[in-house]
Amino acid sequence: MSQGMQKYVARRIGQLLVTYFVFLTLLFVIFRIAPGDPTTMYLLDGMTPEQRQEVLEDLGLNEPMHIQYVEFLRQLVALDMGHSYRYGSPVYDIVAVRFWNTILLMGPAFFISYTIGVAVGAFMGWVRGTAKEQAGVVLTLVARSSPEFWIGIVLLMVFPFGLGWFPSGGMRAPGTEVSVFYQRYFAVDFLYHMFLPLLTGVIFYMATPALLMRSSMIQVLDEDFIEIKKAEGLPEHIILYKHAARNSILPITTVIALVVGISLGGSLVIETVFSWPGMGREMVDSVQFNDYAIAQAIFFLMGSVVIFMNFVADLTYVYLDPRVKYE
Amino acid sequence: MSTSIADRVLDRITTDSGTGVLSRRRLERYKNDVLSVGNVVLGDRLGKIGVVILLFFVFMALFAPFLAPYEPAAVHRGDDGQVLRTTAPTADHPLGTTNYGEDVLSQVIMSTQVSIMVGLLAALIAVFIGSNVALVSAYYGGKVDDILMRIVDVAYGLPFLPFVIVLVFIFGTNIQNIIIVIGLILWRDSARVIRSEVLSQKQRPYVESAKAVGASDVRIMYRHIFPNVLPLVGLYMAFAVAYAVIYEASLAFLGFGDPTLWSWGQMLFQAYHSGGIRFAWWWVLPAGICIMLLVASVFFIGRSLEEITNRELRH
Repeated sequence: MSQGMQKYVARRIGQLLVTYFVFLTLLFVIFRIAPGDPTTMYLLDGMTPEQRQEVLEDLGLNEPMHIQYVEFLRQLVALDMGHSYRYGSPVYDIVAVRFWNTILLMGPAFFISYTIGVAVGAFMGWVRGTAKEQAGVVLTLVARSSPEFWIGIVLLMVFPFGLGWFPSGGMRAPGTEVSVFYQRYFAVDFLYHMFLPLLTGVIFYMATPALLMRSSMIQVLDEDFIEIKKAEGLPEHIILYKHAARNSILPITTVIALVVGISLGGSLVIETVFSWPGMGREMVDSVQFNDYAIAQAIFFLMGSVVIFMNFVADLTYVYLDPRVKYE
Repeated sequence: MSTSIADRVLDRITTDSGTGVLSRRRLERYKNDVLSVGNVVLGDRLGKIGVVILLFFVFMALFAPFLAPYEPAAVHRGDDGQVLRTTAPTADHPLGTTNYGEDVLSQVIMSTQVSIMVGLLAALIAVFIGSNVALVSAYYGGKVDDILMRIVDVAYGLPFLPFVIVLVFIFGTNIQNIIIVIGLILWRDSARVIRSEVLSQKQRPYVESAKAVGASDVRIMYRHIFPNVLPLVGLYMAFAVAYAVIYEASLAFLGFGDPTLWSWGQMLFQAYHSGGIRFAWWWVLPAGICIMLLVASVFFIGRSLEEITNRELRH
């Protein structure tokens, strides 16, 4: 690691902390201007003013704002996310399970869409100027124009409702007992339930890397070394995937974080369409039922993942491309 | 002398000397910039298709109340007096009816208004904030740039859909809030990309010479640099329209749409929750296809704009 790079990383970490701090403050502000008094959700009707005061003091909601703010940060650090009035249990217990359900759906969706997207984009760049490329671009743009819920609904209409293939929702067959972590996910039944929501995500998210890869490929293909490789008589697929694609892939890393952010947000829609018991659907429900403790925790988790991924993507980029100036 | 109406209007409101409030030369230049952008879009086949589809939807939105055969909320009954629940297309109802016996075609037509309105207004807000942040940030640099770019970082750290849902829910699910909230987060893309373009424009000789003759910072930013980044602004406007339409539809599908207005997302919400998607293709397909076509039309226009900006897609 060069000295310039060390400096860059140090500064980037500083920026990360500032960004994260602003994000947390925003979180604090947003969930305290929520409709009504934030206390109303903890308070039952028919309480005497004394009882009410007692509840408020228990929750620390009678303290001045700056004390509440410090307390808010302390609790986040301790992963103490409060209590859900809807479930009557700690938010942490509810969100932890849903977090993994979402990551294990959106993670593969993201990974597969990126792989396919890059391959398709490389191919479109390679056959530029042909009818194949035109068709590819139009199809990719149309996929990108279809919101996740629309793709999901079409898949539902065709497969479970039309052909009777694949379940229409849920994460496992009704009545399946699971107790251990690995049993929950390493099961054929789980993959069977996962197929359609996964496909929905893959169709929508592959468009961005595909289009970006295509433009990047077109630029690289104009460079001299490609001509040289052709003159050397290397087979086309070797030049395409080994030489051209490898050199085009760099700009794709810059949008990884962006697509992670979009796909985490998209989990709200995909999980709602396929009744997938993940964070996204939980977030939609908890906002509708005023369960702000859960909504806040999920917002916190998603934001943390996105900010962290932005950071990682930036570092990957400078690591992969030594030509980048650390500005 | 050309005698087109536009030219005659220009003659009336401008002064040749360029000393008036509206200098003829300046207007002429903006006109040419916009025209050249338009020519490129129309010269491209995909761009042309995009413009035609977009104009079709704008037309449908403007005249929706006249085009819709029925009141979208009216409940229709058959000859026997029974409500026509989820019936397949007939001559009276070319796209069938919903589970409440409402006419699907009328709802599809009325819904165009919300998508067009949210798409255009939210994108305007986004691009207005984005290009101003970009100009100021890149032109002044230093501390100003640092602070503005940290704000952009934070905007990128916010998971889009959850953020919109929470804010729309807190401030109330009505159309103004949906437009403002979507606009308030979409600006980040245009800010980041236009900024890097302004940074490169700033190095060009024309900025130096404008400075040398004593042009103010504001003048240089908005009169000299801005017209040069206009194609990129157009491109990000197109992206912003596309995403605004997608996010409005997603919000409505999740049940956070404006309950007083018809929208495609809301139609699909109703079809999904009533079980209509199990068999009522006539109810589901039109709304979804409209969303897809409208968004695709703006992406097609965007593709042709990229020929001018000639930069890699950032997202």
